[in-house]
Amino acid sequence: MYSEKVMEHFANPRNVGEIPDANAVGQVGNAKCGDIMKMYMKIEDNVIKDVKFKTFGCGAAIATSSMATEMVKGKTVDEALKLTNKAVMEALDGLPKEKIHCSVLAEEAIQSAINDYRRRSGEDVPEDKEYTCEH
Amino acid sequence: MDNNATTSLKKEVLDAMLPYYTDIYGNASSKFYKVGRDAEQALYKMRESVAKSINAPNVNEIYFTGSGCEADNWAVKGAAMANRKKGNHIITTKIEHHAILNTCEYLERHGFEVTYLDVDEYGFVTPEQVEAAIKDTTVLITIMTANNEIGTIEPIKEIAEVAKKHKVIFHTDAVQAIGHMKIDVKELGVDMLSLSAHKFHGPKGVGMLYIRNGVRIDNLIHGGGQERGKRAATENLAGIAGLAKALEIAVADLDKNVAHCRKMRDRLIKGIRDNIPYCRLNGPEDEGRMCNNANFSFQYVEGESILMMLDMNGIAASSGSACASGSLDPSHVLMAIGLPHEIAHGSLRLSVGEDTTEEDVDYVVSVLPSIIQRLRDMSPLYEGVE
Repeated sequence: MYSEKVMEHFANPRNVGEIPDANAVGQVGNAKCGDIMKMYMKIEDNVIKDVKFKTFGCGAAIATSSMATEMVKGKTVDEALKLTNKAVMEALDGLPKEKIHCSVLAEEAIQSAINDYRRRSGEDVPEDKEYTCEH
Repeated sequence: MDNNATTSLKKEVLDAMLPYYTDIYGNASSKFYKVGRDAEQALYKMRESVAKSINAPNVNEIYFTGSGCEADNWAVKGAAMANRKKGNHIITTKIEHHAILNTCEYLERHGFEVTYLDVDEYGFVTPEQVEAAIKDTTVLITIMTANNEIGTIEPIKEIAEVAKKHKVIFHTDAVQAIGHMKIDVKELGVDMLSLSAHKFHGPKGVGMLYIRNGVRIDNLIHGGGQERGKRAATENLAGIAGLAKALEIAVADLDKNVAHCRKMRDRLIKGIRDNIPYCRLNGPEDEGRMCNNANFSFQYVEGESILMMLDMNGIAASSGSACASGSLDPSHVLMAIGLPHEIAHGSLRLSVGEDTTEEDVDYVVSVLPSIIQRLRDMSPLYEGVE
Protein backbone atom coordinates (compact mmCIF):
# COMPACT_ATOMS: atom_id res chain seq x y z
CA MET A 1 0.00 0.00 0.00
CA TYR A 2 2.94 2.37 0.58
CA SER A 3 5.56 3.31 -2.02
CA GLU A 4 9.16 2.22 -1.50
CA LYS A 5 10.08 5.85 -0.77
CA VAL A 6 7.51 6.03 2.02
CA MET A 7 8.79 2.77 3.47
CA GLU A 8 12.36 3.97 3.24
CA HIS A 9 11.60 7.25 5.05
CA PHE A 10 9.56 5.36 7.65
CA ALA A 11 12.35 2.86 8.27
CA ASN A 12 15.09 5.54 8.30
CA PRO A 13 13.44 8.83 9.14
CA ARG A 14 15.62 11.92 8.62
CA ASN A 15 15.84 14.75 11.15
CA VAL A 16 14.19 13.02 14.09
CA GLY A 17 14.60 14.74 17.44
CA GLU A 18 14.49 18.11 19.13
CA ILE A 19 16.58 21.27 18.80
CA PRO A 20 17.28 22.59 22.32
CA ASP A 21 17.84 26.19 21.17
CA ALA A 22 15.17 26.19 18.48
CA ASN A 23 13.71 29.59 17.72
CA ALA A 24 10.67 28.12 15.94
CA VAL A 25 8.51 25.35 17.31
CA GLY A 26 5.17 24.28 15.90
CA GLN A 27 2.81 21.46 16.71
CA VAL A 28 -0.21 20.30 14.74
CA GLY A 29 -2.67 17.44 14.96
CA ASN A 30 -4.38 15.86 17.89
CA ALA A 31 -3.77 12.66 19.88
CA LYS A 32 -7.45 11.80 19.64
CA CYS A 33 -7.17 11.56 15.85
CA GLY A 34 -4.02 9.49 16.10
CA ASP A 35 -1.44 11.91 14.73
CA ILE A 36 0.60 14.79 16.12
CA MET A 37 3.57 16.42 14.39
CA LYS A 38 5.95 18.71 16.20
CA MET A 39 8.59 20.64 14.25
CA TYR A 40 11.64 22.38 15.70
CA MET A 41 13.62 24.88 13.61
CA LYS A 42 16.72 26.94 14.01
CA ILE A 43 16.26 29.94 11.75
CA GLU A 44 19.11 32.38 11.08
CA ASP A 45 18.90 35.34 8.70
CA ASN A 46 15.57 34.03 7.47
CA VAL A 47 17.16 30.71 6.49
CA ILE A 48 16.19 27.39 8.07
CA LYS A 49 19.62 26.24 9.26
CA ASP A 50 18.32 23.17 11.03
CA VAL A 51 15.00 21.38 11.39
CA LYS A 52 13.94 18.37 13.45
CA PHE A 53 10.64 16.65 14.11
CA LYS A 54 8.81 14.42 16.51
CA THR A 55 5.74 12.59 15.34
CA PHE A 56 3.11 10.41 16.95
CA GLY A 57 1.28 8.67 14.17
CA CYS A 58 1.11 6.10 11.45
CA GLY A 59 3.79 5.19 8.92
CA ALA A 60 2.70 7.91 6.53
CA ALA A 61 2.78 10.54 9.28
CA ILE A 62 6.38 9.64 10.09
CA ALA A 63 7.44 9.45 6.43
CA THR A 64 5.81 12.79 5.49
CA SER A 65 7.43 14.48 8.52
CA SER A 66 10.79 13.13 7.45
CA MET A 67 10.37 14.20 3.83
CA ALA A 68 8.99 17.64 4.69
CA THR A 69 11.92 18.41 6.98
CA GLU A 70 14.34 17.39 4.24
CA MET A 71 12.56 19.63 1.75
CA VAL A 72 12.73 22.79 3.88
CA LYS A 73 16.19 22.38 5.37
CA GLY A 74 18.47 25.15 4.08
CA LYS A 75 15.56 26.99 2.49
CA THR A 76 14.50 30.53 3.28
CA VAL A 77 11.38 31.01 5.37
CA ASP A 78 9.48 32.27 2.35
CA GLU A 79 10.49 29.28 0.28
CA ALA A 80 9.50 26.89 3.08
CA LEU A 81 6.08 28.51 3.37
CA LYS A 82 5.48 27.62 -0.25
CA LEU A 83 5.89 23.90 0.47
CA THR A 84 2.61 22.17 -0.34
CA ASN A 85 1.31 18.81 0.79
CA LYS A 86 1.19 17.87 -2.87
CA ALA A 87 4.92 18.45 -3.24
CA VAL A 88 5.60 16.27 -0.17
CA MET A 89 3.38 13.54 -1.59
CA GLU A 90 5.04 13.69 -4.98
CA ALA A 91 8.47 13.49 -3.39
CA LEU A 92 7.32 10.30 -1.66
CA ASP A 93 5.97 8.82 -4.93
CA GLY A 94 2.42 9.21 -3.69
CA LEU A 95 0.35 8.23 -0.67
CA PRO A 96 -2.76 6.08 -0.30
CA LYS A 97 -5.90 8.23 -0.41
CA GLU A 98 -6.70 7.78 3.28
CA LYS A 99 -3.20 9.03 4.17
CA ILE A 100 -3.27 12.29 2.24
CA HIS A 101 -4.15 14.11 5.47
CA CYS A 102 -0.68 13.18 6.79
CA SER A 103 0.93 15.27 4.05
CA VAL A 104 -1.44 18.12 4.89
CA LEU A 105 -0.33 17.87 8.52
CA ALA A 106 3.33 18.00 7.42
CA GLU A 107 2.68 21.18 5.42
CA GLU A 108 0.83 22.69 8.36
CA ALA A 109 3.55 21.68 10.83
CA ILE A 110 6.13 23.61 8.80
CA GLN A 111 3.82 26.62 8.67
CA SER A 112 3.09 26.37 12.37
CA ALA A 113 6.79 26.45 13.24
CA ILE A 114 7.41 29.41 10.95
CA ASN A 115 4.41 31.24 12.39
CA ASP A 116 5.91 30.71 15.83
CA TYR A 117 9.18 32.23 14.59
CA ARG A 118 7.33 35.21 13.15
CA ARG A 119 5.43 35.75 16.37
CA ARG A 120 8.69 35.64 18.27
CA SER A 121 10.03 38.25 15.84
CA GLY A 122 7.13 40.52 16.72
CA GLU A 123 5.03 39.93 13.64
CA ASP A 124 1.27 39.80 13.98
CA VAL A 125 0.44 36.22 13.03
CA PRO A 126 -2.91 34.62 13.86
CA GLU A 127 -3.04 31.64 16.24
CA ASP A 128 -2.97 28.11 14.79
CA LYS A 129 -6.33 26.49 14.22
CA GLU A 130 -7.82 23.89 16.55
CA TYR A 131 -7.48 20.35 15.24
CA THR A 132 -10.46 18.08 14.88
CA CYS A 133 -10.38 14.62 13.35
CA GLU A 134 -12.06 15.66 10.10
CA HIS A 135 -9.40 15.86 7.46
CA MET B 1 1.03 -13.83 15.37
CA ASP B 2 -2.24 -13.06 13.63
CA ASN B 3 -4.17 -16.30 13.99
CA ASN B 4 -7.34 -14.39 14.87
CA ALA B 5 -7.25 -13.05 11.30
CA THR B 6 -6.75 -16.38 9.59
CA THR B 7 -4.90 -19.68 9.94
CA SER B 8 -2.86 -21.92 7.69
CA LEU B 9 -4.63 -24.68 5.78
CA LYS B 10 -3.75 -28.08 7.22
CA LYS B 11 -2.30 -30.70 4.89
CA GLU B 12 -4.90 -33.29 5.99
CA VAL B 13 -7.61 -30.75 5.25
CA LEU B 14 -6.27 -30.07 1.77
CA ASP B 15 -6.08 -33.83 1.16
CA ALA B 16 -9.71 -34.17 2.20
CA MET B 17 -10.68 -31.42 -0.26
CA LEU B 18 -8.76 -32.44 -3.38
CA PRO B 19 -10.95 -35.41 -4.49
CA TYR B 20 -13.88 -33.03 -4.84
CA TYR B 21 -11.96 -30.95 -7.34
CA THR B 22 -10.78 -33.94 -9.36
CA ASP B 23 -12.82 -37.17 -9.12
CA ILE B 24 -16.07 -36.38 -7.33
CA TYR B 25 -16.75 -33.13 -9.15
CA GLY B 26 -20.47 -33.81 -9.57
CA ASN B 27 -23.23 -31.40 -8.67
CA ALA B 28 -24.91 -32.72 -5.54
CA SER B 29 -28.27 -31.78 -7.08
CA SER B 30 -27.71 -33.97 -10.19
CA LYS B 31 -29.09 -37.19 -8.83
CA PHE B 32 -29.63 -39.09 -12.06
CA TYR B 33 -26.02 -40.06 -12.61
CA LYS B 34 -23.32 -41.54 -10.47
CA VAL B 35 -20.89 -38.63 -10.03
CA GLY B 36 -23.79 -36.45 -8.91
CA ARG B 37 -25.07 -39.05 -6.48
CA ASP B 38 -21.56 -39.57 -5.13
CA ALA B 39 -21.39 -35.85 -4.46
CA GLU B 40 -24.76 -35.90 -2.75
CA GLN B 41 -23.74 -38.77 -0.50
CA ALA B 42 -20.42 -37.15 0.32
CA LEU B 43 -22.22 -33.94 1.22
CA TYR B 44 -24.50 -35.83 3.59
CA LYS B 45 -21.47 -37.38 5.32
CA MET B 46 -19.86 -33.97 5.70
CA ARG B 47 -23.03 -32.53 7.17
CA GLU B 48 -23.23 -35.47 9.53
CA SER B 49 -19.62 -34.91 10.59
CA VAL B 50 -20.20 -31.21 11.26
CA ALA B 51 -23.38 -31.92 13.23
CA LYS B 52 -21.40 -34.37 15.37
CA SER B 53 -18.54 -31.89 15.87
CA ILE B 54 -20.82 -29.21 17.34
CA ASN B 55 -23.23 -31.75 18.87
CA ALA B 56 -26.22 -30.63 16.82
CA PRO B 57 -29.10 -33.02 17.56
CA ASN B 58 -30.09 -33.25 13.87
CA VAL B 59 -28.01 -33.41 10.71
CA ASN B 60 -30.54 -31.20 8.92
CA GLU B 61 -29.76 -28.32 11.28
CA ILE B 62 -26.44 -27.72 9.52
CA TYR B 63 -26.45 -25.19 6.67
CA PHE B 64 -23.31 -24.47 4.69
CA THR B 65 -22.62 -20.90 3.57
CA GLY B 66 -19.97 -19.02 1.64
CA SER B 67 -18.41 -17.48 4.76
CA GLY B 68 -18.85 -16.68 8.44
CA CYS B 69 -19.95 -13.25 7.33
CA GLU B 70 -22.74 -14.72 5.22
CA ALA B 71 -23.82 -16.94 8.10
CA ASP B 72 -24.06 -13.86 10.36
CA ASN B 73 -25.92 -11.85 7.73
CA TRP B 74 -28.33 -14.69 7.14
CA ALA B 75 -28.99 -15.33 10.83
CA VAL B 76 -29.74 -11.66 11.55
CA LYS B 77 -31.60 -10.61 8.40
CA GLY B 78 -33.33 -13.97 8.01
CA ALA B 79 -34.65 -14.14 11.57
CA ALA B 80 -35.58 -10.45 11.60
CA MET B 81 -37.56 -10.66 8.37
CA ALA B 82 -39.25 -13.98 9.14
CA ASN B 83 -40.48 -12.74 12.52
CA ARG B 84 -41.39 -9.21 11.51
CA LYS B 85 -45.05 -9.72 12.38
CA LYS B 86 -44.07 -10.51 15.96
CA GLY B 87 -41.88 -7.46 16.38
CA ASN B 88 -39.03 -5.34 15.10
CA HIS B 89 -36.58 -5.24 17.98
CA ILE B 90 -33.09 -6.80 17.99
CA ILE B 91 -30.61 -6.96 20.87
CA THR B 92 -26.87 -7.14 20.31
CA THR B 93 -23.69 -5.67 21.83
CA LYS B 94 -21.37 -2.82 20.92
CA ILE B 95 -18.44 -5.18 20.38
CA GLU B 96 -19.83 -7.53 17.73
CA HIS B 97 -18.01 -8.14 14.47
CA HIS B 98 -18.99 -5.79 11.65
CA ALA B 99 -20.77 -8.71 9.99
CA ILE B 100 -23.35 -8.31 12.77
CA LEU B 101 -23.13 -4.57 13.48
CA ASN B 102 -23.40 -3.42 9.88
CA THR B 103 -26.25 -5.88 9.29
CA CYS B 104 -28.08 -4.46 12.31
CA GLU B 105 -27.51 -0.92 11.03
CA TYR B 106 -28.92 -1.98 7.68
CA LEU B 107 -32.02 -3.35 9.39
CA GLU B 108 -32.39 -0.11 11.35
CA ARG B 109 -32.64 1.70 8.05
CA HIS B 110 -35.49 -0.66 7.19
CA GLY B 111 -37.65 -0.11 10.23
CA PHE B 112 -36.02 -2.31 12.84
CA GLU B 113 -35.02 -1.08 16.27
CA VAL B 114 -31.68 -2.31 17.62
CA THR B 115 -30.37 -2.17 21.19
CA TYR B 116 -26.57 -2.19 21.29
CA LEU B 117 -25.69 -3.30 24.81
CA ASP B 118 -22.71 -1.75 26.59
CA VAL B 119 -19.92 -4.00 27.80
CA ASP B 120 -17.77 -3.57 30.89
CA GLU B 121 -14.09 -2.59 30.85
CA TYR B 122 -13.13 -6.17 29.96
CA GLY B 123 -15.72 -6.55 27.24
CA PHE B 124 -18.27 -8.63 29.17
CA VAL B 125 -22.01 -8.33 28.79
CA THR B 126 -24.27 -9.91 31.42
CA PRO B 127 -27.43 -12.04 31.08
CA GLU B 128 -29.15 -9.46 33.34
CA GLN B 129 -28.40 -6.70 30.83
CA VAL B 130 -29.84 -8.84 28.06
CA GLU B 131 -32.97 -9.63 30.08
CA ALA B 132 -33.52 -5.98 30.94
CA ALA B 133 -33.36 -5.05 27.26
CA ILE B 134 -35.99 -7.57 26.13
CA LYS B 135 -39.30 -6.05 25.05
CA ASP B 136 -42.52 -7.52 23.70
CA THR B 137 -41.25 -6.68 20.25
CA THR B 138 -37.87 -8.40 20.57
CA VAL B 139 -37.43 -11.01 17.87
CA LEU B 140 -33.70 -11.71 17.99
CA ILE B 141 -30.73 -11.58 20.34
CA THR B 142 -27.32 -11.91 18.70
CA ILE B 143 -24.19 -11.94 20.86
CA MET B 144 -20.78 -13.26 19.92
CA THR B 145 -19.26 -16.26 21.69
CA ALA B 146 -15.77 -14.74 21.86
CA ASN B 147 -14.54 -11.34 20.75
CA ASN B 148 -12.11 -11.26 17.84
CA GLU B 149 -10.10 -8.27 19.07
CA ILE B 150 -9.77 -8.61 22.83
CA GLY B 151 -10.67 -12.28 23.31
CA THR B 152 -13.53 -11.82 25.79
CA ILE B 153 -15.66 -14.98 26.15
CA GLU B 154 -19.28 -14.03 26.73
CA PRO B 155 -21.68 -15.99 29.02
CA ILE B 156 -23.49 -17.57 26.08
CA LYS B 157 -25.15 -20.41 27.97
CA GLU B 158 -26.67 -18.03 30.53
CA ILE B 159 -27.81 -15.60 27.84
CA ALA B 160 -29.38 -18.51 25.94
CA GLU B 161 -31.40 -19.36 29.06
CA VAL B 162 -32.69 -15.80 29.25
CA ALA B 163 -33.61 -15.86 25.56
CA LYS B 164 -35.40 -19.18 25.97
CA LYS B 165 -37.33 -17.92 28.98
CA HIS B 166 -38.60 -14.99 26.94
CA LYS B 167 -39.07 -17.07 23.77
CA VAL B 168 -36.69 -14.93 21.75
CA ILE B 169 -34.43 -16.42 19.06
CA PHE B 170 -30.78 -16.39 20.13
CA HIS B 171 -27.92 -16.39 17.64
CA THR B 172 -24.23 -16.46 18.49
CA ASP B 173 -21.31 -15.67 16.21
CA ALA B 174 -18.78 -18.35 17.20
CA VAL B 175 -16.38 -17.58 14.35
CA GLN B 176 -13.45 -16.83 16.68
CA ALA B 177 -14.36 -19.39 19.30
CA ILE B 178 -14.21 -22.63 17.31
CA GLY B 179 -10.97 -24.47 17.98
CA HIS B 180 -10.29 -22.37 21.06
CA MET B 181 -13.06 -23.59 23.34
CA LYS B 182 -15.67 -26.34 23.45
CA ILE B 183 -18.65 -25.54 21.25
CA ASP B 184 -21.67 -27.73 21.88
CA VAL B 185 -24.85 -26.16 20.54
CA LYS B 186 -27.06 -28.40 22.68
CA GLU B 187 -25.25 -27.59 25.89
CA LEU B 188 -25.05 -23.88 25.02
CA GLY B 189 -28.76 -23.88 24.20
CA VAL B 190 -28.41 -21.51 21.26
CA ASP B 191 -30.88 -21.35 18.37
CA MET B 192 -28.33 -20.38 15.75
CA LEU B 193 -24.53 -20.38 15.57
CA SER B 194 -22.13 -19.17 12.85
CA LEU B 195 -18.66 -20.40 12.10
CA SER B 196 -16.03 -19.94 9.40
CA ALA B 197 -13.60 -22.65 8.26
CA HIS B 198 -10.49 -20.53 7.74
CA LYS B 199 -10.32 -19.58 11.42
CA PHE B 200 -9.55 -23.20 12.37
CA HIS B 201 -7.11 -24.30 9.66
CA GLY B 202 -9.78 -24.89 7.04
CA PRO B 203 -10.17 -23.19 3.66
CA LYS B 204 -11.37 -19.65 3.04
CA GLY B 205 -14.73 -19.07 1.39
CA VAL B 206 -16.81 -21.52 3.40
CA GLY B 207 -18.82 -21.13 6.59
CA MET B 208 -21.75 -22.68 8.35
CA LEU B 209 -24.91 -21.62 10.11
CA TYR B 210 -26.48 -23.98 12.63
CA ILE B 211 -30.22 -23.40 12.71
CA ARG B 212 -32.14 -25.33 15.34
CA ASN B 213 -35.21 -27.02 13.92
CA GLY B 214 -38.23 -24.85 14.59
CA VAL B 215 -36.48 -21.49 14.22
CA ARG B 216 -38.28 -19.29 11.73
CA ILE B 217 -35.83 -17.81 9.27
CA ASP B 218 -36.14 -16.37 5.76
CA ASN B 219 -33.65 -17.07 3.00
CA LEU B 220 -30.76 -14.74 2.38
CA ILE B 221 -29.77 -16.31 -0.95
CA HIS B 222 -32.72 -17.10 -3.19
CA GLY B 223 -32.50 -19.50 -6.11
CA GLY B 224 -32.38 -23.26 -6.35
CA GLY B 225 -33.40 -25.82 -3.78
CA GLN B 226 -30.02 -26.48 -2.20
CA GLU B 227 -29.63 -26.72 1.58
CA ARG B 228 -33.23 -27.88 1.81
CA GLY B 229 -34.42 -24.80 0.00
CA LYS B 230 -32.90 -22.45 2.55
CA ARG B 231 -29.70 -21.40 0.84
CA ALA B 232 -29.48 -21.49 -2.93
CA ALA B 233 -26.19 -22.03 -4.81
CA THR B 234 -24.43 -25.19 -5.96
CA GLU B 235 -22.67 -26.55 -2.91
CA ASN B 236 -18.94 -25.84 -2.60
CA LEU B 237 -18.22 -29.49 -1.99
CA ALA B 238 -14.45 -29.23 -1.70
CA GLY B 239 -14.76 -26.27 0.65
CA ILE B 240 -17.34 -28.05 2.76
CA ALA B 241 -15.12 -31.15 2.86
CA GLY B 242 -12.34 -28.90 4.15
CA LEU B 243 -14.58 -27.31 6.74
CA ALA B 244 -15.80 -30.69 7.99
CA LYS B 245 -12.30 -32.15 8.18
CA ALA B 246 -10.79 -29.06 9.85
CA LEU B 247 -13.60 -29.06 12.39
CA GLU B 248 -13.13 -32.77 13.16
CA ILE B 249 -9.44 -32.13 13.84
CA ALA B 250 -10.15 -28.96 15.84
CA VAL B 251 -12.56 -30.86 18.07
CA ALA B 252 -10.31 -33.91 18.45
CA ASP B 253 -7.26 -31.78 19.31
CA LEU B 254 -9.12 -29.16 21.33
CA ASP B 255 -7.69 -29.84 24.77
CA LYS B 256 -4.15 -30.13 23.45
CA ASN B 257 -4.44 -26.94 21.38
CA VAL B 258 -6.07 -24.92 24.13
CA ALA B 259 -3.32 -25.90 26.57
CA HIS B 260 -0.63 -25.05 24.04
CA CYS B 261 -2.16 -21.72 22.98
CA ARG B 262 -2.71 -20.70 26.59
CA LYS B 263 0.90 -21.44 27.41
CA MET B 264 2.15 -19.42 24.43
CA ARG B 265 -0.27 -16.57 25.12
CA ASP B 266 0.73 -16.34 28.78
CA ARG B 267 4.42 -16.40 27.90
CA LEU B 268 3.79 -13.58 25.42
CA ILE B 269 1.75 -11.48 27.85
CA LYS B 270 4.31 -11.92 30.62
CA GLY B 271 7.21 -11.17 28.29
CA ILE B 272 5.60 -7.96 27.08
CA ARG B 273 4.56 -6.79 30.55
CA ASP B 274 8.01 -7.48 31.96
CA ASN B 275 9.82 -5.64 29.19
CA ILE B 276 7.66 -2.72 28.11
CA PRO B 277 6.51 0.02 30.48
CA TYR B 278 3.30 2.02 29.96
CA CYS B 279 1.36 -0.82 28.40
CA ARG B 280 -2.02 -2.29 29.26
CA LEU B 281 -3.62 -5.60 28.41
CA ASN B 282 -7.00 -5.00 26.77
CA GLY B 283 -9.67 -7.55 27.62
CA PRO B 284 -9.90 -9.93 30.56
CA GLU B 285 -7.02 -11.55 32.39
CA ASP B 286 -6.79 -15.33 32.19
CA GLU B 287 -10.38 -16.19 33.16
CA GLY B 288 -12.81 -15.39 30.42
CA ARG B 289 -10.17 -14.71 27.80
CA MET B 290 -9.79 -16.73 24.63
CA CYS B 291 -6.74 -18.96 24.94
CA ASN B 292 -4.92 -17.54 21.92
CA ASN B 293 -5.49 -13.79 22.11
CA ALA B 294 -3.32 -11.01 23.51
CA ASN B 295 -4.23 -7.37 22.92
CA PHE B 296 -2.10 -4.54 24.27
CA SER B 297 -2.16 -0.78 24.16
CA PHE B 298 1.20 0.94 24.22
CA GLN B 299 0.96 4.52 25.38
CA TYR B 300 2.47 7.36 23.31
CA VAL B 301 2.72 5.38 20.06
CA GLU B 302 0.40 4.55 17.18
CA GLY B 303 -0.59 1.03 16.12
CA GLU B 304 0.07 1.13 12.39
CA SER B 305 3.68 2.19 12.97
CA ILE B 306 4.08 -0.76 15.34
CA LEU B 307 2.66 -3.13 12.71
CA MET B 308 4.99 -1.76 10.01
CA MET B 309 8.05 -2.16 12.20
CA LEU B 310 6.97 -5.66 13.23
CA ASP B 311 6.50 -6.53 9.56
CA MET B 312 10.05 -5.33 8.83
CA ASN B 313 11.10 -7.89 11.42
CA GLY B 314 9.01 -10.62 9.84
CA ILE B 315 6.18 -10.53 12.40
CA ALA B 316 2.53 -10.37 11.27
CA ALA B 317 0.10 -8.77 13.70
CA SER B 318 -2.93 -6.50 13.73
CA SER B 319 -4.04 -3.24 15.34
CA GLY B 320 -7.24 -1.45 16.27
CA SER B 321 -5.87 2.00 15.50
CA ALA B 322 -7.78 4.24 13.11
CA CYS B 323 -4.85 4.34 10.69
CA ALA B 324 -4.64 0.57 10.59
CA SER B 325 -8.34 0.26 9.92
CA GLY B 326 -8.39 3.03 7.32
CA SER B 327 -11.06 5.01 9.16
CA LEU B 328 -11.03 8.08 11.39
CA ASP B 329 -11.92 6.26 14.59
CA PRO B 330 -10.08 3.51 16.38
CA SER B 331 -11.67 0.10 16.85
CA HIS B 332 -15.28 0.12 18.09
CA VAL B 333 -14.35 -2.65 20.53
CA LEU B 334 -11.61 -0.62 22.21
CA MET B 335 -13.96 2.37 22.36
CA ALA B 336 -16.68 0.20 23.91
CA ILE B 337 -14.40 -0.95 26.75
CA GLY B 338 -13.82 2.72 27.52
CA LEU B 339 -10.31 3.35 26.22
CA PRO B 340 -9.51 6.96 25.38
CA HIS B 341 -8.82 7.46 21.67
CA GLU B 342 -5.09 7.99 22.11
CA ILE B 343 -4.73 4.71 24.02
CA ALA B 344 -6.84 2.84 21.49
CA HIS B 345 -4.68 4.18 18.66
CA GLY B 346 -1.68 2.43 20.21
CA SER B 347 -3.20 -1.03 20.23
CA LEU B 348 -1.66 -4.24 19.03
CA ARG B 349 -3.33 -7.62 18.73
CA LEU B 350 -1.14 -10.69 18.81
CA SER B 351 -2.91 -14.00 18.37
CA VAL B 352 -1.06 -17.28 18.69
CA GLY B 353 -1.97 -20.62 17.15
CA GLU B 354 -1.18 -24.28 17.43
CA ASP B 355 1.89 -23.74 15.20
CA THR B 356 3.28 -20.97 17.43
CA THR B 357 6.45 -22.05 19.22
CA GLU B 358 8.20 -20.74 22.33
CA GLU B 359 10.91 -19.45 19.99
CA ASP B 360 8.31 -17.44 18.05
CA VAL B 361 7.04 -15.89 21.26
CA ASP B 362 10.52 -15.16 22.54
CA TYR B 363 11.44 -13.55 19.23
CA VAL B 364 8.45 -11.19 19.48
CA VAL B 365 9.36 -10.38 23.07
CA SER B 366 12.95 -9.68 21.99
CA VAL B 367 11.97 -7.37 19.11
CA LEU B 368 8.89 -5.52 20.38
CA PRO B 369 10.43 -3.53 23.26
CA SER B 370 12.96 -1.81 21.00
CA ILE B 371 10.27 -1.07 18.39
CA ILE B 372 8.08 0.57 21.02
CA GLN B 373 11.06 2.47 22.42
CA ARG B 374 12.10 3.67 18.99
CA LEU B 375 8.60 4.97 18.25
CA ARG B 376 8.36 6.55 21.69
CA ASP B 377 11.65 8.35 21.16
CA MET B 378 10.07 9.76 18.01
CA SER B 379 6.81 10.70 19.73
CA PRO B 380 6.10 14.22 21.04
CA LEU B 381 3.68 12.67 23.55
CA TYR B 382 6.55 10.81 25.21
CA GLU B 383 8.58 13.96 25.88
CA GLY B 384 9.18 14.34 29.57
CA VAL B 385 7.76 10.90 30.40
CA GLU B 386 11.07 9.11 30.90
